[in-house]
Amino acid sequence: MQLLVNDELYEVDVEDDMPLLWVIRDVLNLKGTKYGCGIAQCGACTVHLDGELVRSCSMPVVAAQGKAIRTIEGLSKDSSHPLQLAWIEHQVPQCGYCQSGQLMAAAALLEKIPQPTDADIEATMTNICRCGTYVRIKSAIRDIAGNYYEVAEAAKSKLEEGGA
Amino acid sequence: MKNTLPTSRRGFLCATAGVSGSFALGIELGGAQALEAAENANKRINIWVEIAPDDTVDIKFARSEMGQGSLTSAPQLVADELDASWEQVRISYVDANEHMRRNRAWGDMATVGSRTIRNSQDYLRTAGATAKAMLLTAASQKWSVPLSELTVNQGIISHEASNRRTGFGSLAALAATLAIPEEVSLKDPSGWHIIGKSVPRIDIPASVDGSQVYGIDIELPDMLHASIAQSPVFGGKVRTFDAEKAKGRRGILEVFTIDEGKALVVVADNWWRAKQALQEVVIEWDNQGNDSIGDAELIAQFTMALSAPEAAALPNNRGDAETALASSKTVLEADYYTPFLSHSPMEPMGATVQIANDRVDIWCSTQNAEGCLVAVANALQRDVTDVYLHRVQAGGGFGRRGGGDEYAAQAALIAAHLRTQRPVKLLWTREEDMQHDFYRPLGMYRLKAGLNEEGKITGWEARIASGSILNQMRGVPLARGVDGPATEGFLHLPYEIADQKQSYKQVNTHVPLGFWRTVGWSQTPFAREQFIDELALAAGKDPLAFRLEHMPEDELSRHILEVAAEAANWSSKPVQGVYRGIATTEPYGSYTAAVVELSVDDSGAIKVHRIIQAINCGHAVNPLNIEAQLQGATVWTLTAAMWGEINISEGRVMQSNFHDYRMLRLAEMPHVEVVIANTGGFWGGVGEPGQAPLLPAFCNALYAATGKRIRKLPLHHFGYRFA
Repeated sequence: MQLLVNDELYEVDVEDDMPLLWVIRDVLNLKGTKYGCGIAQCGACTVHLDGELVRSCSMPVVAAQGKAIRTIEGLSKDSSHPLQLAWIEHQVPQCGYCQSGQLMAAAALLEKIPQPTDADIEATMTNICRCGTYVRIKSAIRDIAGNYYEVAEAAKSKLEEGGA
Repeated sequence: MKNTLPTSRRGFLCATAGVSGSFALGIELGGAQALEAAENANKRINIWVEIAPDDTVDIKFARSEMGQGSLTSAPQLVADELDASWEQVRISYVDANEHMRRNRAWGDMATVGSRTIRNSQDYLRTAGATAKAMLLTAASQKWSVPLSELTVNQGIISHEASNRRTGFGSLAALAATLAIPEEVSLKDPSGWHIIGKSVPRIDIPASVDGSQVYGIDIELPDMLHASIAQSPVFGGKVRTFDAEKAKGRRGILEVFTIDEGKALVVVADNWWRAKQALQEVVIEWDNQGNDSIGDAELIAQFTMALSAPEAAALPNNRGDAETALASSKTVLEADYYTPFLSHSPMEPMGATVQIANDRVDIWCSTQNAEGCLVAVANALQRDVTDVYLHRVQAGGGFGRRGGGDEYAAQAALIAAHLRTQRPVKLLWTREEDMQHDFYRPLGMYRLKAGLNEEGKITGWEARIASGSILNQMRGVPLARGVDGPATEGFLHLPYEIADQKQSYKQVNTHVPLGFWRTVGWSQTPFAREQFIDELALAAGKDPLAFRLEHMPEDELSRHILEVAAEAANWSSKPVQGVYRGIATTEPYGSYTAAVVELSVDDSGAIKVHRIIQAINCGHAVNPLNIEAQLQGATVWTLTAAMWGEINISEGRVMQSNFHDYRMLRLAEMPHVEVVIANTGGFWGGVGEPGQAPLLPAFCNALYAATGKRIRKLPLHHFGYRFA
């Protein structure tokens, strides 16, 4: 079976019903996507499938065939995604375990709605954080939502400067 | 204030000049190779501070990081006294094996009880100060100038008269050969430049790109994977099992029981395959007679304990409560109930173990590195010095990973059973985690107090019926029959009451008990601080005024209560339809108070408008991290208040995953204002205290809004939900 993950094509030999999560984690060895509940409740396993949010623990791998899968490792090459910068700026993570899923959910939200309302944020950000980082997740998204593209450009030029 | 601490009684601050890398790797180099390595290696000034030739300061961290932030804040203490610049600091974990071989040189590694800062601050600051003194002495010797003419600032040592400056790196080799000074002066807080500063947490960048490694993420060559089923009924064992069907599945290696039949294990080439196959193993359990116990039996047992004639007196009892109550104008009595709770950190339990001839390696998310080594060493009946723990970040802990690390012992038993040198990774499912936790004890509280004509408390009685975690988990005997964690909150009342009679009755059940974030302080204030409100209302007084009226002038609870009240503008009425509650507590060496503003509609939907979380933790090391801990504690409290409950039926836990053990989500998260109001003079804990006052403040606000007193949790049983 072939899978397109973070713009790379992988050939995997797995059962059709193995959840996408376990293929990503244990077959492709991309460990940033986490297991939290296995029943699509907590969102720690959130990835993008053709840009849509999916809870990979509850999706058989066969359903992801032929679609573009994006994981936290593919959010940016160098932690330069505006949300990643905002997450650091706002010191969002505590234990950090759920944050890959939180970031993927937030990224999908902003790609669809660059300037989300609080209601938009609340509707999309349903991932569980046991440490309780919700206040800062919300602040970070709000912060970035207003000037998403400016921040992205600034981050890009900062990295280019650093590389030169 | 001059803090002078003699270092001689701190045996673990002994000088160990030389190559730290050789200790860390457990190998000794010899001859020219050793000399060359020694030239280039970090120089260990003392066991907490290593300095590289390029001026990098490597500060050692002995405890665990699980999100509470002390991987950053504990080294801040060292760096400040060292007068390093924070930019030159790197942080690395202490090797737990070396720690055990060196007679626990780095002190307590258990990351529990909000104690990393408050219990380590003296020796960590002293370590920074002694390292600085040694570097200064080295500079004085090298430059042949008097010590008194040297200054140090931001990692640079200067001799102004001769216009010489140097970083720490060039002095480290010489400093490492010097004797550690017997006495050093610690800074006055006014001289701190890193303590009290919200430096960014060192572990956060790895948490935003998926590169943070948790126990679950360990991947080793030839690794095997194990899935486990423990007896659904606590205390049960496997009687027989049929693995015929499971063994036919792809990738399955072996199916067997471990730990005298307490668990059944499937080992495969892939964890999901192991887990799927385990579901097809037909297991017959021997429930050891525990399968008839349910909530009704447990509650009856606890209710009896509330009025049992024999109970242990708390040490702070005084006066004659019975006589005081008999002569009171009004007497109030109320029972409060708090249920069993599960920890449910986001990373489920598990560990990876590899057994070689001469050593055992473990990779495990744990709150207690040395406890993890001991668990594995005991399981394998090996010497603890043969066991090596590879430190990783824990995906949440909250007490779950600090109580014996049975998952690490299980992984070791599995690897031993297989007689393999291949690494074996054990991972529990979420369902295993929820049904085989050790739980926050069920606690019941009976309070009785009287009021006189002036509306002041005359006498106070409290009966606590709860389990003893330490007694049940580790067989620790109770001092005069009283369990400390179960009674905290009643052991020192911040209120002046001359006649107090409080007692504790231990209740033993077959449900395993453990330390759950905030422990007794997550329960006892629910009773104490609501009952104080009941008394205030019976006395016709404002709950804040009533509390202050009963507090001694020098009581620090008074200060924090006033801080919270002022932040909430308590003296002015809230807007129409909005109601307030307040409470105060003294947990983990800190003082905390909370104010909640909420409204409730006819359908029971609670809208929380505002939460004030105020803390006096003495000294703040990293204020932004303190804020994070209090925000997190808020989520814990609201989650537990609304939904938190582990039910027992037929001897087993009824809940199994987040669909029936609900967690607060972002949409339900209210606005939280954290007020840090430190008075200095002491070091209090931060990770747990935020829950203690919030639960009763929330329930007091709910009473103000509805006129219904909350004596039993969780709230959803009474028709409430978050708007």
